[in-house]
Amino acid sequence: MAARAELKVIVIGAGPAGVRAAQTLVAAGLRPIVVDEGRRDGGQIYRRQPESFKRGYETLYGTEAAPAAALHRDFDALRSHIDYLPDTLVWNVTPKAVHLASGTRYRELAFDALIVCSGATDRLMPVPGWHLAGAYSLGGAQVALKSQGCAIGARTVMMGTGPLLYLVAAQYVKAGATVSAVLDTSTFGQRVRALPDLLQVPATLRKGVALLRTLRRAGVPVHRGVTPLAIDGTPEHGVEAVRVKLASGSELRVACDAVALGYHLRSETQIADLAGCAFHFDPAARQWLPEVDQDGRSSVAGVYLAGDGARVRGADAAERAGRLAALSALQDAGVATPDAQADAARLRGELARYTRFAQGLRQAFPWPAHFAAALPDHTVVCRCESITAGELRRVVRETGATEANRAKAFSRVGMGRCQGRFCAHAGAEVIAAEARVPLEAVGRLRGQAPVKPLPMALSAAASGIDEAQGACCAKEFSV
Amino acid sequence: MSARFVRVAEAGRPTFNIVIDGRVAQAAEGDTLMVALLAAQDALRDCEFDEGRRAGFCLMGACQDCWVWTAQGERVRACTTPAAPGMSIVTRNALAGESLWPRAQN
Repeated sequence: MAARAELKVIVIGAGPAGVRAAQTLVAAGLRPIVVDEGRRDGGQIYRRQPESFKRGYETLYGTEAAPAAALHRDFDALRSHIDYLPDTLVWNVTPKAVHLASGTRYRELAFDALIVCSGATDRLMPVPGWHLAGAYSLGGAQVALKSQGCAIGARTVMMGTGPLLYLVAAQYVKAGATVSAVLDTSTFGQRVRALPDLLQVPATLRKGVALLRTLRRAGVPVHRGVTPLAIDGTPEHGVEAVRVKLASGSELRVACDAVALGYHLRSETQIADLAGCAFHFDPAARQWLPEVDQDGRSSVAGVYLAGDGARVRGADAAERAGRLAALSALQDAGVATPDAQADAARLRGELARYTRFAQGLRQAFPWPAHFAAALPDHTVVCRCESITAGELRRVVRETGATEANRAKAFSRVGMGRCQGRFCAHAGAEVIAAEARVPLEAVGRLRGQAPVKPLPMALSAAASGIDEAQGACCAKEFSV
Repeated sequence: MSARFVRVAEAGRPTFNIVIDGRVAQAAEGDTLMVALLAAQDALRDCEFDEGRRAGFCLMGACQDCWVWTAQGERVRACTTPAAPGMSIVTRNALAGESLWPRAQN
């Protein structure tokens, strides 16, 4: 049992979960290290604009202005009580140490406890043409607006499903950007069936209804129950139009110069994987997720998981899960804090409601797994290396590789620069459909260090937090 | 060449020059390199695996689709790199010739 001042706790991520975890640790008298890939705190959802930008919270975050402002304010107040490493990538985890890279500097930090709040990115289903210039993720379209004051195009189509589809479309409309259509693959009926779960958090449900009203008032066409057919365009200049089959069966072509795509979110689980956490298949989400108990403990002692990186339950849940994971870390290290038990019990109760709400969202905006089997052979599945569904299917047929990592080795789907972040889920669905095996049997792509490409030459920094002295060493990684 | 991104807010920021494929373009203070490039033209790079142009995808450092080459032969991720005065970026392989190969930094 370490004395509290000597207990080394590292929090990965400075989004809602990471900030609340750090705050809880500071309140207990610790000085945690917060490592974040962003240049500023807030994570993706509450991403902060550059310091010199002038838009207010209402403009930037709309219905989420209050929680965004609170998180930023509380993090600012924490700054002198934590060691904050922004713009820093955790590229590997070994037992009791994280390996960091910032620019071309490399450093290794030991920990007693690690709280991983790695967040989520968009979950993507390929469609012919999604590799064209001008096709972006919905999250990316939001980042352009929130953090840079830009729309991704002069006429943007939003396509896919999930809360972000409507949120980003409404934010674009409010910012004066042109949204040519919102094309949702889920149906109104699915929404109605999800109502009992969605009513667990009525305030969020009401916000969703308000977004729809914003779109209707702006005259943005919204189509539900669509089947994406293609993004049309040219290799040189990119996106020109989006084509879908409407619920009625007729085809719709919407001219545009940009399209934002996404099917809700997927957890960023690579760091948990490298930390040795056990994973299990979640049949409802149709994805592999790290095992985590209700208080944020992973299968590895001293490693805790919180926020969307562990379970996609949204920002409000992430704040609570971050607190709870920190309380677990404190308890396991023998650091007594007043009211810890009562706080944990309250947080568990609140999280239970968000868990049901998240289940409702999955039902209301389901991942369209069946699209994978229907993708035309010429559809690019791996955007990084332009590998098609037909090539992946050929590999499955000719080599019999139905396990994700074997199919990756033969087809290179998942081996490119995104390291499977945007193709692995759909790729697994394509493999499962072609091989006629359950998705679970395909397994999951193993996490690999470095979790993102690193500069070819890294120089070692001293192990101290602030100094950057140290001898030069070159480490090479194939990217 | 027409821009891909449309600026809808934060107008009136001070601007500075960068060079894209040998031509001078304007960036605004606070721009990421990606925004500076796509406010001037419709793509960031040539794809190595097909004949198409690419313009980034996730804007949050996850997809690595927006890596571009500097004229000095360094590779930078445009969505997380701030644009800076005097930057010179090569977005077309044909213009880069042999200087495209990566050079170790430091």
